[in-house]
Amino acid sequence: MQVSDAELAHQAAAGDRAAFGALIHRHYDLIFRVAFRFSGHRQDAEDLTQEICIGLARKIAQWHGQAQLKTWLYRVIVNACHDKRRRDATQAKAALGWGERELALRQAASEEAAAQDWLWSAMGGLSPVLRDTAALTVGEDLTHAQAGEILGVSEGTISWRMSEVKKHLRDLAQKETADG
Amino acid sequence: MDNEIKTLKRALDQATPTPSATKRARDLELALKTFNAAQGSTDPARLPQDPAPNARGFLRGFRNMITRLNTPMALAATSSIAVASLAAFVVLPNLDLSNAPPAPIPASETRNRAAVDNAADRSIVSAPPEPVVEAPVVIEEQAATFDALSNLKRAPLAFERAPASMRTGDEISRLQGPVASSERFANDVAHGVTVTAENSVSTFSIDVDTASYSVIRSSLTQGSLPPAEAVRIEEMINYFPYDYAGPERDGAAFAPSVSVFETPWNSGTQLMRIGLQGELPMRDRRPPLNLVFLIDTSGSMNSPDKLPLLIQSFGLMLTSLAPEDEVAIVTYAGAAGEVLAPTPANDRAAILGALQGLSAGGSTAGQAGLQQAYSIAETMTEEGEVSRVILATDGDFNIGISDPEALKSYIAQKRDAGTYLSVLGFGRGNLKDSVMQALAQNGNGNAAYIDTLSEAQKVLNDELSGALFPIANDVKVQVEFNPAQVSEYRLIGYETRRLARTDFNNDAVDAGEIGAGHQVTALYEITPVGSAAALSEPLRYGGGQITGDPASDEIAFVKLRYKAPGSQSSRLLELPVTKDTVTPDTDARFAAAIAGFGQLLRGGDHLGQWGYQEAIDLAARSRGSDAFGYRAEAVTLMRLAQTLSEK
Repeated sequence: MQVSDAELAHQAAAGDRAAFGALIHRHYDLIFRVAFRFSGHRQDAEDLTQEICIGLARKIAQWHGQAQLKTWLYRVIVNACHDKRRRDATQAKAALGWGERELALRQAASEEAAAQDWLWSAMGGLSPVLRDTAALTVGEDLTHAQAGEILGVSEGTISWRMSEVKKHLRDLAQKETADG
Repeated sequence: MDNEIKTLKRALDQATPTPSATKRARDLELALKTFNAAQGSTDPARLPQDPAPNARGFLRGFRNMITRLNTPMALAATSSIAVASLAAFVVLPNLDLSNAPPAPIPASETRNRAAVDNAADRSIVSAPPEPVVEAPVVIEEQAATFDALSNLKRAPLAFERAPASMRTGDEISRLQGPVASSERFANDVAHGVTVTAENSVSTFSIDVDTASYSVIRSSLTQGSLPPAEAVRIEEMINYFPYDYAGPERDGAAFAPSVSVFETPWNSGTQLMRIGLQGELPMRDRRPPLNLVFLIDTSGSMNSPDKLPLLIQSFGLMLTSLAPEDEVAIVTYAGAAGEVLAPTPANDRAAILGALQGLSAGGSTAGQAGLQQAYSIAETMTEEGEVSRVILATDGDFNIGISDPEALKSYIAQKRDAGTYLSVLGFGRGNLKDSVMQALAQNGNGNAAYIDTLSEAQKVLNDELSGALFPIANDVKVQVEFNPAQVSEYRLIGYETRRLARTDFNNDAVDAGEIGAGHQVTALYEITPVGSAAALSEPLRYGGGQITGDPASDEIAFVKLRYKAPGSQSSRLLELPVTKDTVTPDTDARFAAAIAGFGQLLRGGDHLGQWGYQEAIDLAARSRGSDAFGYRAEAVTLMRLAQTLSEK
């Protein structure tokens, strides 16, 4: 049977190197996935992932089982993504990730790109707050309550944000119909 | 689930790439390494995420400025481009071309001569009388480990980032290979401990270069420890600004200050810090400056890290100009043109407006541009004024004269006629560093590479002023220690700057220059008489020893000599140092941390058990206001060195 996250984390917090390694190994894909969806850019995601892995080495000792490890991990990832955004001084960089891709894809204009193109306009057109919310609820299949816990807002706020996301997606669909 | 959400989920899943196995292994390794380090340290030095209060204000100021600069551009360009230019300010890789040649014109020449005189076996990169780049400029990619370990406010720009983290070892060594083999560094064996009773006098020339620090930074960010001979500790220490008092007396070129405090790595010794603060550029006293910006607006400049950053950089520079200074702007691309006629520097609206109106496009054809820039500069020059053409380009040096030699001699001829040339490089992929260096050296100017707005601040505001206005030539320091108070001493760094005792009073011997606003710091590690840390014991027969003056409270007597620009004879400044130790201020502690860091990189044997972790802790606690983020960056580099040294 697989050792639970919590058990690994407790051992890691106590200084067990192997347990820490196993924990990182187990959640590496998750970290990368969320980092990618928050940044919209592969290289940013890679940098963030590395930063988060290193950060976890220092932070794991602070985990005392006060929250589900996965929730805590999501929070660490989200904080790292937000820190990076802050470091980039404005939120321009985040928009750049999505926006830049959007431009490139528009130029490509191939059939194949069309499906993805939709994603970049869909995500790129959202404000960072909405994008993060969508990345967690839609991308990670988290409940509104879980996403709220991670982002530090109420469940109701998440629900409202998701309705905004849907509105944006619907607008987009309408516009496509009108254009097409 | 709603249909839109389903589509979004499917698209997200499809778009998310799989992380590479190499990267995963590398990240895991790094994390485990950090994990080990974290276990070993009870108080890991952590960089706070938020900048210090001053830095925050500073950044906010910048942001306002950028917003202002960008607004019309945003109207002209697509919104994405505008966003990209905003991002360029924080986001570009800290590429290390900044170790431009030591700027002041006669300085490098004379300094090198002095260095040659003093150490024949030293590897000097090139010889007088050519102005000399003391350390070769290293163009290197940013290593991703740097980003990961870094809390700096910059990260590589997405589109041009080399995914260095994904490089294999082979690729890394290939990247480093040719660089390592062609690099030559000037250095000498470290100063050992001197017994005061045997030789109580220490003499050296000052050094305001900072190139060594840039080389170290580029090595570390590339993922390898710098070669020991690349480490010149005084250049590392002098890279950072310190808060020294400027000269009070009228007419003094610089003010010395000396303080003594405990050594971080040895409780039995003390550090004696000599700090020199060059006279700050007095805007009402320096000669008026005429600047002609010669700007490459060829199509290749149309990239956020080129023209938009250039415009911001020049905008930044305007803040340090005086009302009687004048600015003109000439572009070259397609048709050369005067964009802005000579305009007083205080008419910022006109200058900023002209800068903002620039847009990239067309092919490069610039001889007319260069000639036009010089001819405008000549019309601007009046008696007693300083004129300079500042060429900004991404490497399209097709400024018309196709023969490089002819171009150089053209520039040299203009220099002799009184107009200097500086070259600023922007962007990547096309940059011709050697051409930049050659042109700038022939033009009595400096070549610098601007990758971030903060580098622009350092080069254009802080260093350009120093380079433009030398205030003291042949600055020498001589320290006489009192053997009754100090049993041993050791000068940290300045290996390539040592002078013979008799050189001090010999005005024919060259030494380093100080430019306006420059700062110089020197540290001696001294052992008080009676300290258990003394490495030597009194001689049984005591023959020929200097006994000193036990009645005196003075531990040392510091003498400085310098020549005013244009003068052939030197002036003398003297300063006794009493044995009162002080609690080191943040500047002193930080300088000590950097001195320790340098010794660790050099492999010195004076530090005992004191290692990278101690250096990191000390530096992290001593960052002070760190308005430019240099100190935070240094802490990051120390951590990188720590990780790399554990390999």
